[in-house]
Amino acid sequence: MQTIDAMGVDAIIVRHASAGVPWQVASWVDASVINAGDGWHEHPTQALLDCYTIRERVSSLAGLRIAIVGDVKHSRVARSDVLAFTALGADVTLVAPPTLLPPSLAGWPVEVSHDVDDVLPKTDVVYLLRMQRERQTEALLPSLREYTARFGLTRERARLLADDALVMHPGPMNRGVEIAAEVADLPRSVITRQVANGVAVRMAVLFLLLGAGRR
Amino acid sequence: MKELVVKGGTVVDATGSRRADVLIRNGAVAGVGEGLDGERVLDASGCIVAPGLVDLHAHLRQPGREEAETVETAARAAALGGYTAVVAMPNTDPPIDSAAVVREVLDLGTGAACDVRVAGAITVGRRGDQLAPMAEMAAMGVRLFTDDGSGVQDARLMRRALEYASALGVTLAQHCEDEALAAGGHMHEGEWSSRLGIPGIPAAAEEVMVARDIALARLTGAPVHFLHLSTAGAVELVRLAKAAGVPVTAEAAPHHFTLTHAEVASYDPVFKVNPPLRTEADVAAVKAGLADGTLDAVATDHAPHPQEDKEEPFDQAPPGMLGLETALPLALTELDLPVERVVALLSWQPAHIAALDGEHGGPVVEGRPANLCVFDPAEAWVVEPERLASRSRNTPYAGRKLTGRVRHTILRGEPVVVDGEAQR
Repeated sequence: MQTIDAMGVDAIIVRHASAGVPWQVASWVDASVINAGDGWHEHPTQALLDCYTIRERVSSLAGLRIAIVGDVKHSRVARSDVLAFTALGADVTLVAPPTLLPPSLAGWPVEVSHDVDDVLPKTDVVYLLRMQRERQTEALLPSLREYTARFGLTRERARLLADDALVMHPGPMNRGVEIAAEVADLPRSVITRQVANGVAVRMAVLFLLLGAGRR
Repeated sequence: MKELVVKGGTVVDATGSRRADVLIRNGAVAGVGEGLDGERVLDASGCIVAPGLVDLHAHLRQPGREEAETVETAARAAALGGYTAVVAMPNTDPPIDSAAVVREVLDLGTGAACDVRVAGAITVGRRGDQLAPMAEMAAMGVRLFTDDGSGVQDARLMRRALEYASALGVTLAQHCEDEALAAGGHMHEGEWSSRLGIPGIPAAAEEVMVARDIALARLTGAPVHFLHLSTAGAVELVRLAKAAGVPVTAEAAPHHFTLTHAEVASYDPVFKVNPPLRTEADVAAVKAGLADGTLDAVATDHAPHPQEDKEEPFDQAPPGMLGLETALPLALTELDLPVERVVALLSWQPAHIAALDGEHGGPVVEGRPANLCVFDPAEAWVVEPERLASRSRNTPYAGRKLTGRVRHTILRGEPVVVDGEAQR
């Protein structure tokens, strides 16, 4: 890292399987460090692009009811989204079986539910997390089939949503597991907008940190 | 050998405390009283003169990890911390699981700045599947056996080890950690692990093994010593077991009564240790356990690691922190106990558990071996990692101001630390 720093780079973008590595790197170098995802911890630019994508459809996040459904425990997207959505005034509900929630939610400004059917009718945005296949081998789930039956956004379940509710997903999707293919392709799904906005938001981050925003 | 007088201090031992000078001749205490003189005088004014401290739990890293620590450097750090004896943990490479390796470590300790004793492994290779030759090691003076670094997972094997050990007059010490529950964890499972996205080790991973071994101690009648207890639940289990007359003893490490899991928010692996730093409630319970006698000893779990190993990502860095040079001041300032109780927890109580009380930790009276620790309970100092005698620098207390400092350490009448400077 000090070698890279010595080359005079202005920024180091860090994506790492271990939580906290961007913080460690930042303590060693003078360059700006941008976290592009660290372990289960955070994915800040994903949260920024998610907020921007919602703002494209809705004027403000204040008072918006957002349900984050799925494997919150292992999700850096969920951790950053909870911080960003609540900072902008949204009411966030985490929906998952207890095995896929963090062991402690002390200090998290969220509601928790284990019943997605109860939550969906009261939701403005449903944000689905990617379900990793290995979770069933870690005794966190009996099977992906049971997960889909209880928490997946199936075509039937999507009918519980209000007409103007949005469907989001950080990608890549497991079609047929956390989200049915037909639901992912509905007009209310803004999943491809998220991907497109990701390019713009990350350009903006670099511009603000390294370009005009730096001065 | 010259006569030596430790002059002007307050002697504190298991019999109480009194203002007295201590005269030392031929490696033994030759007199205790007012107005003593000798050829060489060590000033102890303002100081406590106590039996040398005994550490039940130090990782000396030799053989195998000499880049982290050697017996010589660890013993020097120990002497500077007031210790006259340390028990070397067996998780070396090769592990201390045979008479040959016991001999090697004892030989390395010859002439070191403090006495080096050895804990042998319970199982061959510390692999947890076959009993190590405990009798062979006991014949060489080993009195404590442990697979520390990991616990003996197989309850039947632990039962047999206890039964076998009971005929040898030795004590088995357990690193309490259920590996299935702890698997993949790198810090305490709770509020901070959830926030930081670091896989956690639940308190229950420690507590289920404490509970199991209490049951096995009751079953076999053999004593069990619990290493580095860190949770309120584990302390409570030991409290109940002692009340029921089960032959158990227990220790706690200074970091478990001074630091919490909130430190990990820095992602600095210097705060990674096993058992992990726990909650404020656990810290309070450990302190209460040390105060009410549930916990018998403060033991350092001194675990040196070279700097490059502690610059890894948090979940890849090895657990462990230095302890020998900071344990006494931390105990003096953080436990809110009278100095006599602090010295008991660091000296004669651990000496008794390690069966070292013939030489270490005994009362400061004529005829006893002169193994003494002289410390100023009021001297303040700042921990500077680069000034520590350990070969490694991984102290979690860098920059912290501590109160209480060792002035002299005397090993069998020989001053090995004088005015805070190592002589060996």
